[in-house]
Amino acid sequence: MQMQTLKFVKKEVPSWTTGTVATPAGAVYRVSSAWTSADYRGMIKSRSGAFRMNYAVTPGLYAVGDPTKDSDVFVTANYKLTFDLLRRELKGMNAWILVLDTRSINVWCAAGKGTFSTDELVKRIAEAKLEMVVGHRRIILPQLGAVGVNASKVQKNTGFRVSFGPVQARDIPAYVQAGYKKTEEMSTIRFSMLDRMVLTPMEINPAMKKFPWVAGGILIVFGLQPQGLLFQPAWSQGLPFLVLALLAVLAGAFVTPVLLPFIPFRSFALKGWIVGVLSVFAATRYVELSTVRDMILLIVSYLLFPALSSYIALQFTGSTTFTGMSGVKKELKIGIPLYIGAASISMILMLVFKLKEWRVV
Amino acid sequence: MKYLANVTTLQYSLDKCTGCGRCVEVCPQRVFEMRDKRAAITDRDRCMECGACAMNCEFGAITVNAGVGCAAAIINSMVTGGPPSCDCSNTSAGCCG
Repeated sequence: MQMQTLKFVKKEVPSWTTGTVATPAGAVYRVSSAWTSADYRGMIKSRSGAFRMNYAVTPGLYAVGDPTKDSDVFVTANYKLTFDLLRRELKGMNAWILVLDTRSINVWCAAGKGTFSTDELVKRIAEAKLEMVVGHRRIILPQLGAVGVNASKVQKNTGFRVSFGPVQARDIPAYVQAGYKKTEEMSTIRFSMLDRMVLTPMEINPAMKKFPWVAGGILIVFGLQPQGLLFQPAWSQGLPFLVLALLAVLAGAFVTPVLLPFIPFRSFALKGWIVGVLSVFAATRYVELSTVRDMILLIVSYLLFPALSSYIALQFTGSTTFTGMSGVKKELKIGIPLYIGAASISMILMLVFKLKEWRVV
Repeated sequence: MKYLANVTTLQYSLDKCTGCGRCVEVCPQRVFEMRDKRAAITDRDRCMECGACAMNCEFGAITVNAGVGCAAAIINSMVTGGPPSCDCSNTSAGCCG
C-alpha cells in the first residue's frame, strides 16, 4: 500500500518511530514500544534535572502496532519520559496515542498547572480528527489527568466519553483485559522507597546550587579576625560547620525523603528536624568534629542545622503523592517564624562568639 | 502514608450525589467508596486536595479548595501574592518532573 505523505513535514523523523500508519484523517507516525539507549539516557538525564524543561515529543496522534477504527485511544502528556513509559507498556497492543501539549510536563503536574486540561483535550481531539480515525467514542485518560480534565465537558464538546484508566501506565494491559475495570490497587497512587529515591536528586541539586554561598559565608565568618580575613581560622574552625551544613542538606533532601514513613510525626518539618538533630548529634559526638567544642558553637549547630534540614525536608512536599495544600500552609505558618527565629538567634550567638574570640567582651 | 490530620477543605454533600461513581474513579487516595449506591467518604485525612473529584462531579456534590501541596509554591505565592502554582519554570529549580 502506498504510504500517504505526512501532513506535518518534519526535517527529522524521531528515532522512536517505525514508519507511518494511514488513517482517514491522514498518516500518523507509528511508535516503537522498545526503548533505545537514547531513551534510557534521556530518562536518567531528566531524572537528574539536566534538561527536564524541554524533553518533549510533538503533540498529536500516534499509532502503536496496527490500530483500526475499533482500537483504544490513550491520552497522555508530551513529556518524553511520560510518553516513553506509555508506549513501552502498550507493547504488543494495537492502539492510538493522543499526545496533549503539556509543555513537556508530566500528566499530574500538567493537570495541576492547567495544561493537561479539558480545553487542550477538546482541541487535540478536533485537530487529530479523532472522530474520523476511530468509529467508537471512547478515550482513556490516565487517572491523574482527572485533576485537570472535566469528563462531562469533554463529552459535551466532542462526543467522546472519557474513562479514567489506571494511575500507572504499567497497569494498562491488565485494565484492558479486565474489560476496562480498575482494581483498588490500580487507582491508588503509591509512593515506594524507590519512587522516593529517584526523586531525591531533584531535592539535592537545587539545595547544592546554593551551597557555595553558604560555604563562603561560613568561611568568612570564621576567617574574620581583627587582623583581617585569615585563612587558617577560616579553614580549621569553618570546616566542621561546612561538614554540618552538608549533612543538614543530606538529612533534609535525601535521608528524610527516603526514610519518610519510618520517621515519627506526620509533619515534614518535624521529620526533617528530627533527622537534622540526629545528624548534628552523630557528627559532633561520634565523628568528633573536634572544633565544635565551644559551647556557643555547639548551641548554634543544634539551632541552625536541624532548622535547615527541616526547611529542606518541607520542600519535599512538592514531590510527594499525599500532601495537600492546607497541610503545607499549616506547616509553613508555624515553621517560617521558627526558622527565622533560629537563624536570628544563631546570628546573635555567632556575633557573641566572634566578640569573645576577639576579646572584646 | 498520611499527611496532617483535620486540615483538608474537602466538603461532600450526600443529598446531591447521584451515585455516578466518578469520584471513586478519579480519587488516587481512595477517599471515596460506593455505599448503598451513593458515594461515601472513607477517610478525610487521606485527601490531598488535588481536586479531581470536585472537577469531575457533575452534580456539585463535592467542593475542595484544590491546590498544590508544595512548600516552594506556597512560599512563592506568599511573596508574589498570587495563587500557589508549581510553575517554577522561571527559576532554576524545577519542582515537577
